[in-house]
Amino acid sequence: MSLRSVLESGKFAITAEVGPLKGTDINEIEEVAELLLGRVTATNVTDQQSSVMRLGSLATCHLLKEKGLEPVFQMTCRDRNRLALQSDLLSAHVLGIENVLALTGDLPSLGDHPQAKPVYDLDSVQLLWAINRLNEGYDVVGNELHGKTDFFPGAVVTPETDTEAKLELQLIKMEKKIAVGAKFFQTQAVYNVDNFAKFMKRVEGFGVPILAGVIPLKSVGMARFMNKNVSGVFVPEELIDKMAKAEDKAATGMDIAANLIKELKHICQGVHLMAIGWEKRVPAILDAAGL
Amino acid sequence: MIVSQQKPLEEILGYLDGEDRIFILGCNGCAEASGSGGPAQVAEMQSILEENGKNVIGSMVIDFLCQKALVKSRLRPRTEQVGAADSILIMTCGLGVQAVAASVNKICHPACDTVNIGGSRGEWKGKERCLECGECLLEYTGGICPLTACTKGLINGACGGASNGKCELDPERDCGWELIYERLKQKNQLDKLKILIPPKDYSKMMPSPKMMSTSLWALEQIDQEEKIE
Ligand code: SF4
Ligand code: SF4
Repeated sequence: MSLRSVLESGKFAITAEVGPLKGTDINEIEEVAELLLGRVTATNVTDQQSSVMRLGSLATCHLLKEKGLEPVFQMTCRDRNRLALQSDLLSAHVLGIENVLALTGDLPSLGDHPQAKPVYDLDSVQLLWAINRLNEGYDVVGNELHGKTDFFPGAVVTPETDTEAKLELQLIKMEKKIAVGAKFFQTQAVYNVDNFAKFMKRVEGFGVPILAGVIPLKSVGMARFMNKNVSGVFVPEELIDKMAKAEDKAATGMDIAANLIKELKHICQGVHLMAIGWEKRVPAILDAAGL
Repeated sequence: MIVSQQKPLEEILGYLDGEDRIFILGCNGCAEASGSGGPAQVAEMQSILEENGKNVIGSMVIDFLCQKALVKSRLRPRTEQVGAADSILIMTCGLGVQAVAASVNKICHPACDTVNIGGSRGEWKGKERCLECGECLLEYTGGICPLTACTKGLINGACGGASNGKCELDPERDCGWELIYERLKQKNQLDKLKILIPPKDYSKMMPSPKMMSTSLWALEQIDQEEKIE
């Protein structure tokens, strides 16, 4: 069942993030694909995440599709101008890829090629608008296409924020994204379900499915690192404490993630698991969450 | 030297929609040299606005609008007039509009687009920066340039990267979009954030050949031809 039909029929969606490696070795991806087959609604492939140069999202989506998985093609505005973005979208369509996730993209200066020229010719709102144009059979300047696309576009939102400005800016941008065709949202990692429930209340009227982000904790260090450096991630002290006291950190981290998923199941339309190196443990986390 | 040209009249009138009392500001610096916002253009704009049913309650040409201290000291004697205006129409480059918007708590409309001259443009010590994009967006952002204040130059709102109001690039750098939010809130213009900005037309960044044949550019050319022996 496609991501579109799962979300449209109101079923709970599970997507898992897959990060291609640097280089041409695809063994890892193929192993992960086998483990995830039948367990998740879709696999979501990052586009040179954190501005680190890696194997491309489009080719990886194609590989996953061949293995029988439903891919979500992540596309950032960081590296391609409007010609390249549109052309890659047409390529994705002919390869049978249905889902695209439009993102702004991290700054190149934060990655492993800080010398690179940032592009940002379009922003994430305009990229969604462009996807919609292609779906209607036109490019962004209005030329007619020989054969249109049929994408199910998604976008991202950060539900937990530290300033009023950031929250309002996120909500207004979310509405803009919906206005230009975003059909689903996935969020930054959620650790505080009460806060997330408040966010869900505020976007109730928006009428789009929301997949809550879940990142399993691997260590106390990781939790502290994210609190300090990853915008929009707030791991509560209580969870950090639990990790600190745990004998088996990995088991506890997976347990916390499974419990989060159980609770989130009641307040949103799906979860988006970002395992960051723990892709192979996703089935076990889902087992523990009863999914 | 910063080169600017007037926006199409319909665009300017669109900005002023629903407003009646307008104060016009021009600049005796680059805007006068560009023929976009000197005394002559300010007078012309005044009559055009009046023909279009607006009440121009005052106007002033300052040298230079990009200097906030100067803007404040020149406008102070006219506080009452400026205070009574619904908005200020600013006929100058992106720096000047930003400097006025930062100095006066009034809605500030840009009347010009700043185009790129593709070379050195001297040193500027103020905080405002203009990328000379040829399609000024200050109308939508409370007079803060999104292309320079936001590290990614985003024009439809913030990315998710800010922490405590600082940009994801650098904890020392304010998130431009949070500044824009606070400015629009202060001017009671938060609705502007909801407007969808279409992709920028980067071909507008360079001046048109027609513009290059205007006064100052033309003078430069003559200067090159006739050398003083
Ligand atoms: S939007 Fe910014 S870069 Fe463009 S003309 Fe205005 S101030 Fe300059
Ligand atoms: S954090 Fe703010 S200034 Fe930095 S790139 Fe994002 S929106 Fe722009």
